[in-house]
Amino acid sequence: MTHPTTAVPVAAPKNGRETSLEQQRLRAAFWFLAPMLLMLFCVAAWPLMRSIWFSFTDTSLTDLHGGKWVGFDNYLSYRQLSSGRVIWRGTLVDPAWWNAVWNTVKFAVVSVSLETMFGLVVALVLNARFAGRGLVRAAILIPWAIPTIVSAKMWGWMLNDQFGIINDILLNLGLISEKIAWAANLDTAMAAVILVDVWKTTPFMALLCLAGLQMVPGDIYEAARIDGIHPVKVFFRVTLPLIRPALMVAVIFRMLDALRMFDLVYVLTPNSAATKTMSIISRENLIEFDKFAYGSAQSSLLFAIIAIFVALYIWLGKVDLGGEKSK
Amino acid sequence: MNPMTYFKKTAFYALVLVILVFSVFPFYYAILTSFKTGTALFEVSYFPSSFDFSNYVAVLGKGTFPRNLLNSVFIASTTVALALFLAVTAAYALARVDFRGRGLLLVSILAVSMFPQIAVLAGLFELVRFIGIYNTPWAMILSYTIFTLPFTVWVLTTFMRDLPTEIEEAAIVDGATPWVIITRVFLPLLWPALVTTGLLAFIGAWNEFLFALTFTSSETTRTVPVAIALLSGASSHETPWGALMAASVIVTVPLIVLVLIFQRKIVAGLTAGGVKG
Repeated sequence: MTHPTTAVPVAAPKNGRETSLEQQRLRAAFWFLAPMLLMLFCVAAWPLMRSIWFSFTDTSLTDLHGGKWVGFDNYLSYRQLSSGRVIWRGTLVDPAWWNAVWNTVKFAVVSVSLETMFGLVVALVLNARFAGRGLVRAAILIPWAIPTIVSAKMWGWMLNDQFGIINDILLNLGLISEKIAWAANLDTAMAAVILVDVWKTTPFMALLCLAGLQMVPGDIYEAARIDGIHPVKVFFRVTLPLIRPALMVAVIFRMLDALRMFDLVYVLTPNSAATKTMSIISRENLIEFDKFAYGSAQSSLLFAIIAIFVALYIWLGKVDLGGEKSK
Repeated sequence: MNPMTYFKKTAFYALVLVILVFSVFPFYYAILTSFKTGTALFEVSYFPSSFDFSNYVAVLGKGTFPRNLLNSVFIASTTVALALFLAVTAAYALARVDFRGRGLLLVSILAVSMFPQIAVLAGLFELVRFIGIYNTPWAMILSYTIFTLPFTVWVLTTFMRDLPTEIEEAAIVDGATPWVIITRVFLPLLWPALVTTGLLAFIGAWNEFLFALTFTSSETTRTVPVAIALLSGASSHETPWGALMAASVIVTVPLIVLVLIFQRKIVAGLTAGGVKG
């Protein structure tokens, strides 16, 4: 594709005029970009650098500018006692941190897998022609439109141990013998969080999968049908490979969201060790426990983990994020 | 119709029904609960029995909830206006002007949208305190641009890239400056994209929780999600489920109406950029 700048030989003008036009455009582009870039620098790059810097200091919430450089102490440090015993300190030997890492990874992997699976199923259903398709497509947008906090409260009420409708249904069906405190119970808290997350974000997955499915040309299915190939085989051999790029992009967006999970857990299962995520524990230390620098170290670690994950995913999965290569 | 296709048809519609019920039921149940008061709240029912508006009256009549609603409306609208204004001009530069490092810049902007918000929380907290906007709406308006701006820039850039070059060439021949090209030539064509991105940014700002929770400290400056999350009853051990569900319905209904009206545009916006190509 020829680009507008090169495609404008304004009725073959003098050479000088063309360069000045070009320069004018470049100058305009700079001034158009500058406010946006300045804004992003202020709200993203600068705070990120400051957060990382805080993680190497002993800054406290009450004295944000009085922190002194302490090196890697917030991450890992050791002290040798006179008895010869070595004591390790820092986030990297903090069991609470590793519990949060494990919780987050478990949550992200399970919920994104389920969402992808269900999303595909819903997308396949919506891709078929049937009466009431528009209605279903509208209905699945409802969970997506509901604010996370609201859905957390709504489900918290439905999962309530005493008065919740979920326990009522399960008791009536004979699936459980006594009422379960889904959100409070350590064994079921994670399942509750995953349930609500899957409910809320499967529509997003389904819509992205549907967009992928609708780009698969119909004559492929026609040809497969005439050849008498089983639909299941067609799905795995034809449909899935064709929508793989769309699926990969959808999965990474969901994965990034899941790895930074905060609001749902904060509201649905407050202070539960079984669901505490990396974001939750970082904020706890940053704001609530007055361990500002320690929390900064944890949030910086989360950033590093996500950055490494994205790099690996794009590299290994050969994901075309911007749709640039296919253009 | 042979039994096999009959069975298949039934199974298919059963699946459709499951999807439908699973999607809609929780919100339906929230509406149901919001009309219940007193002991009726603690009896599980599947169909509406009474329509008692006292929860809505309580939520909207006293307390800070009306104020919280206003805060949210103001913050979300200002955030959208700011993001769209900054993004339209930037998207023009990114989509229409060839300059070195353009691809890298686009990828960096996309990378910002992937930032875990907690990673910038400490630095933003310092910034917000430093400028003196802590516990004001401006703290949220400033911090929300971290997720609204990259997204709007990205979608508007992909949209502008697909507009025909001829109209721009014609404008250049007529001596139009880049600013005139944007405001007079592109803006009228961009309306659909602006509506979509604006709406998605609005929903994002309306629903945001982490920053709003951290950058507010009094009940009157809270946004709606924070107010709902921290809503408590007469005693701290008793959750006012009826009022809570009424508040939830109030903040959700406008969103659902918007989403259903602009259904197709939203789907197009969500899938733009990523899946295109």
